[in-house]
Amino acid sequence: MLIPNNLKYSKEHEWVRVEGNNAVVGISDYAQSQLGDIVFVELPELGATVTAGKRFSVVESVKAVSDIFSPVSGKIVAVNDGLNDAPEKINQAPYGEGWIAVIEMSDSSQLAELMDDTAYADQVAKGGH
Amino acid sequence: MRSSAALIFELSRPGRLALDLPQPDVPEQQLEDLIPAAYLRSEPAALPEVSQLDLVRHFTELSQRTFGVDSGFYPLGSCTMKYNPKVNEDVAALPGWTGLHPLEGFRDTQGALQLMYELQQMLAEISGMDAVTLQPVAGAHGELTGLKLIRAYHRSRGEEHRIRVIVPDSAHGTNPATVSVCGMETVEIKSHPDGAIDLDALRAAVNSDTAALMLTNPSTLGLFEKNICAVTEIVHAAGGLVYYDGANANAIMGLTRPGDMGFDVIHFNLHKTFSTPHGGGGPGAGPVGVKKILEPFLPIPVVTQTADGSYCFAEDRPLSIGRMHSFYGNFGILVRAYAYILTMGADGLRQVSEDAVLNANYCLARLRDVYHAPFVRHCMHECVLTSQKQNAKGIRTLDIAKRLLDYGVHPPTIYFPLIVAEALMIEPTETESKENLDAFVEIMRQIAREAEENPALIIQAPTTTVVGRLDEAAAARKPNLRWKPAG
Amino acid sequence: MTRWSYLPHTSQDRLAMLETIGVAGVEELFADIPQEVRLRRPLRLPPPLSEMELREHLQTLAMKDRDYEQTLCFLGAGAYDHYIPSVVGHIVGRSEFLTAYTQYQPEIAQGYLQALWEYQSLICLLTGMEMAVTSLYDGATAMAEAAMMACGITGRNEVLVSRTVHPHWRDVLATYARDRAMKILTVDYLDGVSNLTELSRLVNDNTAAVICQTPNFFGCLEDLRGIGDIAQKQGALMIAAVNPISLGVLEAPGALGADIVIGEGQSMGLPLSFGGPYIGFLATRDKWLRRTPGRIVGQTVDQDGTRGFVLTIQAREQHIRRDKATSNICSNEALCSLAVAVYLCALGKQGLRQVAELCLQKAHYARRTITQLPGFSPVFDQPLFNEFVVRCPISPREINEELQEAGVVAGLDLGRYYPELAGCMLTAVTEKRTREEIDLLAGLLKEVSA
Repeated sequence: MLIPNNLKYSKEHEWVRVEGNNAVVGISDYAQSQLGDIVFVELPELGATVTAGKRFSVVESVKAVSDIFSPVSGKIVAVNDGLNDAPEKINQAPYGEGWIAVIEMSDSSQLAELMDDTAYADQVAKGGH
Repeated sequence: MRSSAALIFELSRPGRLALDLPQPDVPEQQLEDLIPAAYLRSEPAALPEVSQLDLVRHFTELSQRTFGVDSGFYPLGSCTMKYNPKVNEDVAALPGWTGLHPLEGFRDTQGALQLMYELQQMLAEISGMDAVTLQPVAGAHGELTGLKLIRAYHRSRGEEHRIRVIVPDSAHGTNPATVSVCGMETVEIKSHPDGAIDLDALRAAVNSDTAALMLTNPSTLGLFEKNICAVTEIVHAAGGLVYYDGANANAIMGLTRPGDMGFDVIHFNLHKTFSTPHGGGGPGAGPVGVKKILEPFLPIPVVTQTADGSYCFAEDRPLSIGRMHSFYGNFGILVRAYAYILTMGADGLRQVSEDAVLNANYCLARLRDVYHAPFVRHCMHECVLTSQKQNAKGIRTLDIAKRLLDYGVHPPTIYFPLIVAEALMIEPTETESKENLDAFVEIMRQIAREAEENPALIIQAPTTTVVGRLDEAAAARKPNLRWKPAG
Repeated sequence: MTRWSYLPHTSQDRLAMLETIGVAGVEELFADIPQEVRLRRPLRLPPPLSEMELREHLQTLAMKDRDYEQTLCFLGAGAYDHYIPSVVGHIVGRSEFLTAYTQYQPEIAQGYLQALWEYQSLICLLTGMEMAVTSLYDGATAMAEAAMMACGITGRNEVLVSRTVHPHWRDVLATYARDRAMKILTVDYLDGVSNLTELSRLVNDNTAAVICQTPNFFGCLEDLRGIGDIAQKQGALMIAAVNPISLGVLEAPGALGADIVIGEGQSMGLPLSFGGPYIGFLATRDKWLRRTPGRIVGQTVDQDGTRGFVLTIQAREQHIRRDKATSNICSNEALCSLAVAVYLCALGKQGLRQVAELCLQKAHYARRTITQLPGFSPVFDQPLFNEFVVRCPISPREINEELQEAGVVAGLDLGRYYPELAGCMLTAVTEKRTREEIDLLAGLLKEVSA
C-alpha cells in the first residue's frame, strides 16, 4: 500500500498535495484498492465552491460507489478531464495521473486538520476508519 | 464450449418476413392526406428482417444459453427459486383472463374480480392482516405503496413531520431506496452480529419523527427475530408503524403471521413465496396487506363485493393514496398465485414452510464443517456460509460461485447480506428433494477439497460455460448498450 | 390428503434429514419463533385441489368473464387488442426464460442478457433515442420515473403535464409526486391537443419537464416539436409518452427533440390480461445514462475476447447505492421485454409499418362511418392514429349497455374522466378489427340511438 510522505490525508481517504495556495486532491491507493475497478468519476464543476468535509465528487466502480469529500474549502480551479475517458487512471496511478481536482484554498489553516503519512498509515492499519 | 451467439441484427436481410399480415379491407386514403408531413416518419425503424425459422432458432439458441429453475438447482438466497408449477401457466393462459380488457364493465369481468377478491382474502388470512391491495407489481413497488400508506396515515393524524424510517443495516438495498423515492429519510441502525435488532439501538433511534421501522423477518441472515414482540412494541410506543418486508415469508406460512407479531403493513412477493415464475426478473407481483387503521388509504381502485354478491371496483375513496399502476397490477401473476394457494391449502402451505426450513438446515448441517458458518444456531429457510476457510488459499466467494457453474448449479446469493464478509446465502426451497440437496452438498464439499488441493481450478472457473468471466469494468467504462446500424 | 406433487420429501426423507441436523423434530427448528405469536390453528383456506379440480375451478371462474373471443371490443384507452404473432408465446413460454431470475451470473445467463440487449437496441431504433433501460412496470410508472429523473437532472421540481395524457397515468404521477418535493401542474387542452399558449405561460425556470402523450388520450397527435421547443427554451426537458405501434408511421420522437421517451409496451405482443403484466419502456440520451432508473445490459468480452453481455452501470441501483439510488426498482417486467423483442423482430421493418397503417386506415374508416350516422359527430379536428372521439346522441354508457346483448363494446365513456366531454365516446380500432366488424358496430350504433 503506497502512502507517500509528501502528502496530507483525510479520514475519508482523500489525499492533498499543496502547491502554493492550491490543493491538488485525489483518493489514496488504499481507497482505490478497496473500490476495485473504477469505471466512472463524476467530476466537480470548474469554478464551483466547495466546502471541507462536503461531497464534491463521486467515484464509481463496478460494484461500489463512493462519495469523495473535499478535504479543504475553496474554489475548483482545475479538474482532471482525462478521467472521463480513462477513469482507470485512479487505479493505476492514484497519486499521479489519477488526481481529481485542484482547489484554490480559501482557508489554508484547514490543512492542519489533515493527517500526515504516519497517522494515515496507522488509520489504514486499523481497518480503514 | 466458448461461443457467442449471432445478434438478431446480424441475421437480417432486406426483404425477409417473419409474419404474414392481412391486406387492408377498408377503402384506403393517402397517408399524406390524413397526417401532416411533419408528423410522418422519414425513415422506417431499422428493425431486423428475418424469416420466421431464423427468428425461432435465434431465440431458441438464446434460451439454451440461459439457466432457469427447470434447468437445475438454483439456491439463490432471498429469491425463493422454487418450482413453478406448469398447470399454473395453463390456467393463467385461459382466454377468459388474457382476452379481458381492463376497462370492460363489471358485468363482463365477474370472474376476474371474484378471483382478485378471493386472493385478497387468502393473503389477508395467511399474513394476519385485515385488508390487501393486489395493485403493486413487484416487491419494491409494494414497499413504495406500503410507505405511502404509512405517510398518508400519519398525515391524516396531523403528523406530517413523521418522515424517518428506521432500517437495519442488514436490510435489502431496496428498503432505503424506497424510503428515498417516497421522499422520506432513512435512519440506519446497526444489527447485532447475528443480524438481530439491537433493542437499545432501536430505542435510541425512535422518536416523534419516526414514521416506521422496515424489517425483514426472518432476517436477511435467515434467522428469526426472537425479540419481535419487543421490537414492534418499541416502535408503536413511539407512534411509528412497523413494515414487514415479505421477501422471506416462505419460512413462516401457517406457523406464524406478521399481523400477529404486531406488523401493520406487509408486502408479499408472489414470485417468491407463491411460486409464480421469476421470468428472468419479472413480471412478479407485490401485494400489500394492512391492518384496519391503514385500510382507508389503500390505492384505488379497490375490489369489493356488493350486497347482491357481485364484485366491482370502488374508486370513491377520499383518503386513498391514489393509483400506483395504470390498471390493477399484474393480474396474470395473481391468477398463478391463486392457483398455487388453492393447490396447497392450509396444510400444504405449512408443509411448504416446514420443508423449506428443513432443507436449509440440512444443507447447513452438512456443510458447516467445511465452510465457515457465522452463526451457531438453526436457520430458517436459508443459511449463510462464508468462504473464510478458503480465503487463506486465495479463494474468494466469487470464485466458489464461478466454480459451481462448472458443476451445473446456479450459485447462491453472494456478498449479501453486507454485514457478513464473503457471504454465500443458500436458499434451497422446499421443492428440492433430499437427493438434489445431497448432490449439491457433495459439489460444495468437492469445491472445498479443490480449494485445498488445486485452487487454480477454482480461480480459473468457469471453464464449461459459453463465455468465461466477463470484463465488467470495460462494460461500464465504455458502455455499449445497443446495436447501431452500419453507416 | 397429505402429499403434494410440489413437495418431494417422503416421511423417511424427513426423518433422515432431521437426524443429520441433530434434532428430534421439525418443531425444534422453529424454536426462535416466540410462543405468543405462534399460529395455533390451521389457516382458514379452501381445501386443497388436485390439478384436475384446479383446472375445472379456474375454467369455470374464467367463463364468468366475457373475453375478446366472445365480445367485439372497441375499447382502447391505454390497452389495445393487437394481434400477437404465434412465435411470441412459444418463445416467451420456453422454461429457461420463464424460470430464470435476474442475470447475476452472466456466464449462465448469456441468452437472456443478449435478448435484453437486443430489446434495448430495438427500443432505440423505434424511438430514435440513444439508450434504453430494460423495463419498468408499465406506462404510468415509466412516466413517474421519467419525471423523477428529469427533476434529478435539472435540479428543478415542477413538472407540467398535459391534460391529454392518460388520466390514470396522471393519477400515478400524482401519487408518486405527493410525498416528494415535486409539484405537478396540468396544462389544459384546446381542440383535443395540448394548449401551447397556456403551456408557454406555465413553463419557467422551475420547470423540470413537460410531459405530453402522442397520440394522446383522445387519439389526437400532438405537436412534439412545438412542445419540445417551448420546454427546452426554458431549460426544461421534454418527456414524450408514445404509442409504440404508431411509430411504424409516425416520426421517431428522438428526431423531434424529445429528451426522454416513455410508453406502454403492451401493444407489442402482450395480451390485454385485465391490465397486466404490462411493460413500461424508457429511452433517453447517452448523457443521462447514470440518471436512469432500472436495469441496463451492456456488451463486453470475456478474457478470451468472446463477445458477451452483463448487467452494467449498476452503481445507480438500489443494491449498491441504497438510499441514493436513482430508483427503488429491482424486479421489473423482464419477460415482457423478451416478448416485445420477439414481437418487433417478428414484425420487422415492413411489418411494423404495415400494422401501423392498418390501424390508421381502419380507424379513419370507422370514424368516417360512425360520424356519418345521424346524431353522431366528430369532437376534435386533429390528425389521429388508431383512436378517436365521437359525440353520441345517447350516453356511451347506455350504448354499451344496449350492445351488451350483441356482445359489442363500442368504446369508453369519456365523461367518467372529463366531465366536459359527457356524451362523448373514445373508440379504438386495431388491425384486428375487420371492415365487417366496423360496419356491424355502425349498424348497431344506428339502431340503439334511433
